[in-house]
Amino acid sequence: MHPFEYLRPRGLAEAIAAFRASHDARWLAGGQTLIPTLKLRLASPALLIDLREVPDLGGIRVEADRVVIGAMTIHAEVAASPELRAALPALATLAGGIGDRQVRNMGTLGGSIAACDPAADYPAALLALGAEIRTDRRALSADDFFLGMFETALEPDEVVTSVAVPLPRAAAYARIDNPASRYALAGVFVARFDDAVRVAVTGAAPAVFRADAIERALSADFSPAALDGIAIDPDGLNEDMHASAEYRAHLIGVLARRAVVAAS
Amino acid sequence: MRITLSVNGREVVAEVEPRTLLVTLLRERLALTGTHVGCDTGQCGACTVHLDGRAVKSCMVLAAQADGRHVTTVEGLADGDTLHPMQEAFREHHALQCGFCTPGMVMAALDLGAEASDSRAVRDGLDGNLCRCTGYHGIVEAVMAARSRADAPL
Ligand SMILES: Cc1cc2nc3c(=O)[nH]c(=O)nc-3n(C[C@H](O)[C@H](O)[C@H](O)COP(=O)(O)OP(=O)(O)OC[C@H]3O[C@@H](n4cnc5c(N)ncnc54)[C@H](O)[C@@H]3O)c2cc1C
Ligand code: FES
Ligand code: FES
Repeated sequence: MHPFEYLRPRGLAEAIAAFRASHDARWLAGGQTLIPTLKLRLASPALLIDLREVPDLGGIRVEADRVVIGAMTIHAEVAASPELRAALPALATLAGGIGDRQVRNMGTLGGSIAACDPAADYPAALLALGAEIRTDRRALSADDFFLGMFETALEPDEVVTSVAVPLPRAAAYARIDNPASRYALAGVFVARFDDAVRVAVTGAAPAVFRADAIERALSADFSPAALDGIAIDPDGLNEDMHASAEYRAHLIGVLARRAVVAAS
Repeated sequence: MRITLSVNGREVVAEVEPRTLLVTLLRERLALTGTHVGCDTGQCGACTVHLDGRAVKSCMVLAAQADGRHVTTVEGLADGDTLHPMQEAFREHHALQCGFCTPGMVMAALDLGAEASDSRAVRDGLDGNLCRCTGYHGIVEAVMAARSRADAPL
């Protein structure tokens, strides 16, 4: 790691002012993505601003038709929350499957979506559930937030403060692990609302995306059989030492069926 | 920068570079070499310690992030010559051979708590920790055995 300065401000305004005063600052949440990035010298910021002591960035609040989760909430808390397990078990289960328990004890929801790793799990959930991502200055729909590989709509000095997730009628997430990295080789989140079904895929392409054909089929008939005959185009899917694009395309269909069964 | 933290119940004040990892502080400054470094990339779990009671990989945490918090390492478990029940269970059940992974395994196992309900759950719960020697069977047995005793948690 190259040397950097470290700050742990107690307020959001103070944090943003410090960010702007530096020529090259980065937010630090759990560090489970950022610290490896610094070790590999893929980034060498001059200043890390730790958000840990900024108030009001944590917590899980279940409301009538949605759940609001603070950006600094660690994966372990999301996984263990009894309120969330009752209101939206698919999201709690997803959080409980991220990495391993040590990673879940440090890594945060805000850090995961800001990092926007192509194989991260939360982006699939937030996109499928049509979540709203709230920052210090605005609210963005998940459709507008996730732009590409490691790329979001966030400004460099913008802080994710929370996400508001609509509660679906039913939802489930299915993923195949890459046993070496513990990220998803592919993951599919299916969310069934009264008026539509939304389906998002992670791990299979450079960025999380919605699977339109699967959404249309499931909106008409929410059953695994509805997906018979729907072929996923491997064109544009990831191809690497772990899996070919064709295999990932195949997995999307398999995982979508598993998620539909689990959500039925 | 100057940080103040509690390590195994003792207050530690240290002057560190912001880029200092928690594991470096523990091993090189505080001579607590029970915490091992296997991979330095967050994969193996050998460096697992507790931060405010939760298992974390200390090669993936800055010392600065532990400022003002409580750290427990494997050295903080035994009571004098009396091993912690989890350590004792590891000994009884042949849960170690070379011992390299053991401190991390013990610290991760202690974090499982009530989640370690059966051997499947123990295996899943320890999937952040790699062991090159034992084949895991003895480790799982040790954790199950430690759980079934009415011993004091950490
Ligand atoms: C061994 C291992 C396995 C893993 N497996 C998985 C997995 O299976 N699935 C998965 O989804 N993830 C996995 N991860 C990643 C993990 O979930 C990270 O915790 C997460 O991606 C980043 O969260 P963090 O809090 O650690 O963020 P950090 O590493 O602190 O930050 C990540 C990025 O987000 C920025 N950032 C952080 N918080 C905010 C905020 N509130 N507002 C704006 N920007 C912010 C930072 O500046 C940085 O650029 C794994 C990590 C490891 C080490
Ligand atoms: S040394 Fe920290 S996880 Fe391997
Ligand atoms: S006992 Fe040798 S690595 Fe586990």
